Amino acid sequence: MDRGRSEELIGPPAAAPAAAGRNRTTCSTSEETMSTQTTYPATEVAAPRLTRRQRARLSLGVQYALGIAVIGLLAFMTDWATFSAAFLRFDILERMLPRVILIGLVNTIIYAALAFIFAFVVGLLLAVMRLSSVAAYRWFAGAYVEFFRGVPALVVLFMVAYGIPNAFPGFQFPGDKYGMVMVGLGITAAAYMAETFRAGIQAVPKGQLEAARTLGMSHTRTMATIVIPQAFRVVIPPLTNEMILLVKDSSLVYVLGVTAAQYELTKFAQDFLNRSVNATPLIVAALCYLAITLPLSGLVRKLEARYAKAR
Amino acid sequence: MPTQPIPAPGSHAISIRNLKKSFGSNDVLKDISLEIEPGEVVCIIGPSGSGKSTLLRCVNLLEVPTSGTVLVGPDEVTHPDADLDRIRRRIGMVFQSFNLFPHLTVLENLTVAQIKVLKRRKEDAIATARLNLHRVGMSHKEDAYPGQLSGGQQQRVAIARSLSMEPQLMLFDEPTSALDPELVGEVLAVMKSLANEGMTMVIVTHEMAFAREVADRVVFMDGGYIVEQGLAQEVIGNPQEERTQSFLHRVLNPMVIDAAEVIEAEELSTAS
Repeated sequence: MDRGRSEELIGPPAAAPAAAGRNRTTCSTSEETMSTQTTYPATEVAAPRLTRRQRARLSLGVQYALGIAVIGLLAFMTDWATFSAAFLRFDILERMLPRVILIGLVNTIIYAALAFIFAFVVGLLLAVMRLSSVAAYRWFAGAYVEFFRGVPALVVLFMVAYGIPNAFPGFQFPGDKYGMVMVGLGITAAAYMAETFRAGIQAVPKGQLEAARTLGMSHTRTMATIVIPQAFRVVIPPLTNEMILLVKDSSLVYVLGVTAAQYELTKFAQDFLNRSVNATPLIVAALCYLAITLPLSGLVRKLEARYAKAR
Repeated sequence: MPTQPIPAPGSHAISIRNLKKSFGSNDVLKDISLEIEPGEVVCIIGPSGSGKSTLLRCVNLLEVPTSGTVLVGPDEVTHPDADLDRIRRRIGMVFQSFNLFPHLTVLENLTVAQIKVLKRRKEDAIATARLNLHRVGMSHKEDAYPGQLSGGQQQRVAIARSLSMEPQLMLFDEPTSALDPELVGEVLAVMKSLANEGMTMVIVTHEMAFAREVADRVVFMDGGYIVEQGLAQEVIGNPQEERTQSFLHRVLNPMVIDAAEVIEAEELSTAS
């Protein structure tokens, strides 16, 4: 099979134009034209004597060689002692533990989870509004999505944290900073999630709705029992993506002037960075973020595998 | 067989009067009047685009008619105050594309509406579901998901799902058109046994042999009108209208059409 194909590939270039000419004039020699049609265009065949597969292999080899050379050069030029002193100081790590976990990591998870819950509920509501037959609902949901997708999350967080208490004197967010973050980050995420949910709901075939209605289910019952459970499966991967983005967006919380007990990972690391003038805290924070996001990705893969059967 | 709750004199299973349906400027149903009696099996045949499926979908208001009235038993489904969810429970429908719920098992497909709509107890719903799975020969697959079944099996489950609601009449919208040829027979066999049990059935189909054997009446539609109707043997065996004759000729002898005719028709349609 392999040999047969490669012989075809390096077939005589002259045959191609001749076959094309014959093809145009008559269809009577159909068997002949069939056999010559597999000849590749003259431009490709006229290139070097290598087969296409050999060329691909050569190109890949060159890329590997270049990559190894660059890494080797960097490794040679780096002063490893200085490097590890800048990024990997274990004494600083020791001073960060265990508070980096108990305060930084835990707060990051709490901020992201609160915002996710807010965004999930509001996003689902907006998606249903956007698909509603009532024009005012559609208009509102559309305007919401367009506005908050177009404004940076940091600006929204500022508006919520400083704007709302100023505009409504005496109003207090439940849980103080935690409530602020829940709303401030959740508002933006809800705009993205609304679009995700809408796509998921629209991905459920119309026949599903018709079958359910034919069985006597009301519209609301159909949405709850048939459409949304199916939409949810479609939406799990992009939803996890949203969760991961929120974990990272929680780093914006530092602008709210939080107390030491409310520090999340980035603020916590920044604090240590200022005191130790060393990049180790950043590395530690990065590893902590990965400790949250990597298991999330794993969870999605598991859920997807479980649902694959019931597609 | 299921009996009509109110056997008032002249009460039909379905009564359609002066039904019209347009999609934009496209008039799909132009003026349809049709009555179907309890226990009757009616096959609707006709070329594609003639409005057969639309007519069927107007019966349970999956399509809202532009004008005209549709009565199912004593209830007017086209009435603005009609309780559609209640009326639809009594009208089973089987689709060309099966439309089983892919996230539920076969058994759950059959019980979900019984529990959520008819408010049956779970045990009762399961008992009814098992009975109907047995009727269509699918008892061995109750824990499977629809995606694991062949097209013919899925369609039989879809029929059982409709039957579990204990409908008074069943609508079939080209139930075998999406099936591989070797799977058509098993679905037709189930439908035939349903007909023999006295179920009122309206079937849009291209299976002429089935229509001839099982239908009490055949309705031929073309261009949004009912062109001809009558006993199955009469309409299929001895059609009176020219349009019926030419349609049946094409359906029963698909190889007789000349390529030149197809090309000519194609050119005519692109020219216009």
